[in-house]
Amino acid sequence: MSLILILEQSLNGLQFGLMLFLLAAGLTLVFGIMDMINLAHGSLYMVGAFLAATLVQATGSFTLGVLLSIPATAAVGMLLEVSVLRTLYARDHLSQVLATFALILIINELVRMIWGSDMPLSAPGALAGPVQLLPGMPYSAYRLLIIGVGLAVAVLLYFVVTKTRIGMLVRAGASNREMAMAMGVDIKRLFTLVFGFGAALCAIAGAMLGPILAVQVGMGENILILAFVVIVIGGIGSIRGALVGAILVGMVDTLGRAFIPQILREFLTPAFAGAIGPALASILIYLIMAGVLFWRPQGLFPARG
Amino acid sequence: MKRQFITAAAVAVAIAAAFPAAAADKLKIGFISTLSGPSAALGIDIRDGFNLAIKLNGGKLGGLPVDLLVGDDQFKPEVAKQLAEKYVRLDKVDLLTGMVFSNIMLAAVPEAFNAKVPYISPNAAPSPLAGKQCNPWFFVTSWPNDAYHEAAGKNASDKGYKNTYLIAPNYQAGKDSLAGFKRFYKGKIADEVYTKLGQLDYSAELAQIRAAKPDALYIFLPGGMGINFIKQFVGAGLSKDIQLMTPGFGSDQDVIRPVGDAMLGLFDTAHWALDLDTPVNRKFVAEFEKEYKRLPAMFAAQAFDAALMIDTAVKALKGKVEDKEALRKALKSAKFDSTHGPFKLNTNQYPIQNYYLRVVGKDAQGRLVNKTLATVFKDHGDAYVQDCPMK
Repeated sequence: MSLILILEQSLNGLQFGLMLFLLAAGLTLVFGIMDMINLAHGSLYMVGAFLAATLVQATGSFTLGVLLSIPATAAVGMLLEVSVLRTLYARDHLSQVLATFALILIINELVRMIWGSDMPLSAPGALAGPVQLLPGMPYSAYRLLIIGVGLAVAVLLYFVVTKTRIGMLVRAGASNREMAMAMGVDIKRLFTLVFGFGAALCAIAGAMLGPILAVQVGMGENILILAFVVIVIGGIGSIRGALVGAILVGMVDTLGRAFIPQILREFLTPAFAGAIGPALASILIYLIMAGVLFWRPQGLFPARG
Repeated sequence: MKRQFITAAAVAVAIAAAFPAAAADKLKIGFISTLSGPSAALGIDIRDGFNLAIKLNGGKLGGLPVDLLVGDDQFKPEVAKQLAEKYVRLDKVDLLTGMVFSNIMLAAVPEAFNAKVPYISPNAAPSPLAGKQCNPWFFVTSWPNDAYHEAAGKNASDKGYKNTYLIAPNYQAGKDSLAGFKRFYKGKIADEVYTKLGQLDYSAELAQIRAAKPDALYIFLPGGMGINFIKQFVGAGLSKDIQLMTPGFGSDQDVIRPVGDAMLGLFDTAHWALDLDTPVNRKFVAEFEKEYKRLPAMFAAQAFDAALMIDTAVKALKGKVEDKEALRKALKSAKFDSTHGPFKLNTNQYPIQNYYLRVVGKDAQGRLVNKTLATVFKDHGDAYVQDCPMK
């Protein structure tokens, strides 16, 4: 277990965590501000990836295609909010879960009708290979780009939420919706805006992950579960919680998979360590979530005072 | 209004009862497959391959017009079981076929076995049904579960790889696959890693692989997992020093399409390939592309063979499919030229066939396809047949 390996795995964890953050940020805002459980959030991530793949193909430029996919997905998200989800705010969580689960199925089949079951999306040629970070430590250039984009979006988000008027309204809505409404905030418009914003973040995640993951129907479901774990750990409605939770989940999941089987092998029989290692590594993040729920049920950074 | 409807319905039922369908004026086939959800690409390939054979035969199999009942199992064993129940008991189908996944098929086939309806499997061929639990009503036109992995292990030994790293998902099929690989691999195992089923990101595993410095890497990661892994493997720059190998279904057209150029140079093992030079295969590939505007994956070829097997058996019976025992015997002794050459069944009714080493390269039109390199196994059966009491 060399230092370089630990460093490389930490970068992997950071990269995975930052992408989870992009998904969780939108999810936590929608959940925190509108009190709405949106299972179809993963579908927006899928739509973002498919739009990016199409636009990259159409424009012939990776950067342009990805940039265009962001407003396009935001538009899809807002359309979804205005047409379907708006009517669900007043309903209880069970109805929301059922309706947005139906949306997952509908959007999956719609995407299949429009695009087929998968799309190719590759990293731009210059970033397709590895770069030499340190002597003896090559690292995927594209993953470095993901880390860069993730950090940039996190900083931007922090700025928008803490320093702008829109951000103030968002925070007001998250900590006390009724009071914000009573103060004359146009909550309807704010909701549509927040939803579009969440969709845009989904598009960034989908487009950036497209070249390393499969752009295919159903890609949103797996990652959505992790995004929910993140917001439960971080505290629902809190952007800061989403960031900390996402990096925690990314790190623990990656480092756990990398090192737990090795550590167990030191003091268990190989057969037993081989059986228990992968199982333990894959439930580690859920153990953390259970711990957070037990000791801090509101999450690490609760939004509501 | 309502009463009128009931009367009409009663009359319809009476008429239907008075004139039972004339015997064997058509061949009724129940087709259950995964046609929706993330894994639908496989089921759709199977359906299209099966339909193509019927179409090329002028809508008939074995001289009888085909009545194909198509059902979507939605990737759920209980739905497949209900569909099998309906097709067997209500629709009284002559044959059943179509399913992709072994866990789904194992839930549904007892329905067919109990009613003595033959099931022709165009894909799933689990080890239990090859050995002790082999069944006279079960026929396979694909390949025994372990065969691709065994061929991959043999190939790794032949190629002289000394230090191979193995990765599979942490579930039964994953463990079986690596066991199959090791059965014919003589070199050293660098490490054997089991990942979570449905894992998205393999960066941690890739860093461990880099540190372990193997000369070859064998992955059994079906569907989206494999697509993700191969993309990330190439992105990490590992493909220069480590030869990646997969079972044939891990790098067929359904995987090549979303991954793209990163697939170039990857080795895999299969019983079929696009460029396999048999008369049936040339026709199959050309007609498939003309009909569906895409290249077939192996699943379509297996379904095409299933239809050919039915065609041959029904022809031998001169269309008399009501005698179930005769139909079973005709299927067992069906001699026909399949997409991969003359078709041959083992005593457990799993195929005995060749397995080939393929490499992903570009064809004359610049498309990414699998090209046949060499024969790994000749007339290879499976390791379970001696446990099967059938003769």
